Order: sequence, then C-alpha cells, then structure tokens
Amino acid sequence: MSKYLLNKFLFTVDRDPALVERYRDEPEATVAWWEEGQANRILNCHGAESSTWLRFADAERAALAAHDYPKLFELGAHPFLTLTLFIAMFERDYDEPLGFQLEYARKLSHMTLPYPDIAT
Amino acid sequence: MAELVAVIASTHHPFYHRASTATGEDRPGFADEWVRKVEAFRETLTRARPDVLVMVGSDHFHQLWLDNMPQFLIGKAPFYDANWYNEEREFGLPRMVMKGQEDLSAYLLREGIDAGFDLAFSNELRIDHSITCPIITLRPQNDLPIVPVYTNIFAPPLPRPKRFVQLGETIRELVESWPGNQRVAIVGTGHLSLELGGPRQFGPHGPDPEFDAKAVEWISTGDIEGCLSEVTLDSLHAPGNATHGFMDFMLMMGVAGEGRKADYVDTYDLFHTMEAYFTWYPTGAGK
Repeated sequence: MSKYLLNKFLFTVDRDPALVERYRDEPEATVAWWEEGQANRILNCHGAESSTWLRFADAERAALAAHDYPKLFELGAHPFLTLTLFIAMFERDYDEPLGFQLEYARKLSHMTLPYPDIAT
Repeated sequence: MAELVAVIASTHHPFYHRASTATGEDRPGFADEWVRKVEAFRETLTRARPDVLVMVGSDHFHQLWLDNMPQFLIGKAPFYDANWYNEEREFGLPRMVMKGQEDLSAYLLREGIDAGFDLAFSNELRIDHSITCPIITLRPQNDLPIVPVYTNIFAPPLPRPKRFVQLGETIRELVESWPGNQRVAIVGTGHLSLELGGPRQFGPHGPDPEFDAKAVEWISTGDIEGCLSEVTLDSLHAPGNATHGFMDFMLMMGVAGEGRKADYVDTYDLFHTMEAYFTWYPTGAGK
C-alpha cells in the first residue's frame, strides 16, 4: 500500500490541465499510463534518475481507475488532493452551486471519526 | 529597531475574491455584508501604516510536496509570484506578484536558526492563497514588500501546537530586534473548524460551531494557556479534518502575546467555515 503514490498521482494530475481532462475522460487508461511511466519519476529530476520501486496496490489502482473517491478517502489519500482534483473534473456536471461538493459529502456520510490515517 | 505596528490574524477564505467581485445574478446574498466586514478589517491594517508585511500561511501542496516537506519555511527572494493554476480554476484567483523584503528574510532565518528553529528557506517561492487572500482582503493595492513564512499544517507528521506558539513568540522578538526603522505588521492566516474532502464539508456553517466559539474566545482574549490545554494534534481532528490550520492562529497568538486582548474582533458565519478577523496594536500605534 502506498498512500504516498496515491497522493503523487492526485498531485501531478491536478496541476496539469491536459491531464485533468484525460483522467476525467479515460480514467483506466490514464492510471495505467501514469503508473507505467510517471509513478517512479522523482519530480524535478530527469528520467534516468527515476525511482525503481513505486507501484500501486491493487485496491489503489482500482479506486483511481473507477474515480471512486469514497474509496480513496478510505485508503487514506489526502482529502484535500482528492477533493480539489475531483471538483476540477466533475463540478461542471452539476447545475446548482456546490452541487458536486454536497454530493461528495453525502457519498462519504458513512465515514465516522476517527477518519482513516492520512500520514504518509 | 523596527517597530511592530500591527498583529493580524485572519481566516483565508479563497471564495472571497469571486464573491466580492461578482455582479448581478452571480453575486451571492452574503457578499455585501462580507465586503463590509472585510473593508472594516482592512482599515485596522491601513491605520497602522506598515512599511513591511511578514505573512504567515501554509502551502496547500503547491510548491511544497511530500518528497521534500519542510515544517517551517521562510521565503528569501526579491519577488514572489503567486497563485496557482488550480486556484485560478477553482476560486478564480488572479495571478499576482509581490515584492520581497529580502533583508528581513535573511535576518529572520539567521536569528531564527540561532534561536532554535531549524528553518527551511526558499529562494524561489510561488506563494498560494493562504498569503494572497489576506493581500486581497487587507492590502489590495499590493504595494508593500513581504516576508512569507510557511508552516506545515497539512502533511503529517506536523509540529505540535506549542511549537507554533513558540515560533510566533520568536518571530515577534526577531521583528522587534531587526535593525532599522521600518514599521512592520505581522499578518497570519489559518482556519477555525474546517472539513475538506470529508462528510462534513460545505455545510451551512463550519463543521463545529462550538469549537469556533471557543477558538474566537481564546484568540480574542489571548488565552494561550487555555488554548494549549485543550488543543492537541489529536483533538484537532474532531472539529473537522482540516482544522489543523487553526495552529496558524495559535502561532499568531504567540506573536500577540499571552493575555493580550485583541483590539479588533469580528466574525462572519458563512457556509463551509466561519470567518474570523483579529487585530492587535502592540504599541498602540493604530488605536
């Protein structure tokens, strides 16, 4: 299990407008592409200095591929990263202000304190 | 020596800019009162006639990331570009550029390290809404040089609340011993109870109004001891999963000093989180 890698996916996709759209439109393919070629890149280092050991657990890969943000919360992904990226992808599909954000809260309403640990 | 002319603690609500500039049907019902409160708060800084702003905030996973995460960091650069693509996207925040007060940055770093804080630094820091929001609300003309101070309230393990208070006390001592005759204001922003990405987010009020009432009482009366007796890293999960941002308010209580009542207090109960505004005048300069 790698909460760090989950967060790294959310972080690197969220800051790239083209990747945000790609992940919205083709989640499974984007996750596979990212894990294959991006997951081990150390940010600010060139490709020859990539890490060698990072990969998703099956449950993490499946949650990302399914846009399953309640599952990402359960897995301990950083809630700010998940929220920000998913607002960018799906707020546009709701007519009411905060429509997506309130739906998001409802889908997490089964979660009670203490929430899953987000320490990495 | 420099003079500490104002200490300001505030929430940083990223939606203020959009709400306050919206017109017609897009303007939310709460905007006019919010603008009135912010403009009154702004006057408390204007009256102090600062030359330099020390700005305390927290990077929200923009430039600071989990592969290299500092606990406390001071920017030391002649300029700071500001706001990020995802803040433009979600909040409509504008791109900004701020001047840096590099000699004060150097002084806080050198003296801060010698005082027992192993401060990280950055010579090229793009700052985010934790610092640009108070520029927009309190100094929209953006004409003063700044020293950004970032704290980690975001990525555990975090420093404990007492450490935030101690850093605030130290920053105050250092500003007051800075050679020169500038008038310095220290402005810090954090949160009261707040939930982000959890089941209690975006409710009609902040997730824990009872915590908010207590927090406002601690801050406005300068009750550091009482606050520290109840607030721990563990306890801050209960009011909302992003409430660790309250520790930046505790840092500012450290700047203001134990038992120092705020000279100006205002709050505004909004959806999602309560706004809270506090100003102290350490030398009576702005009263």
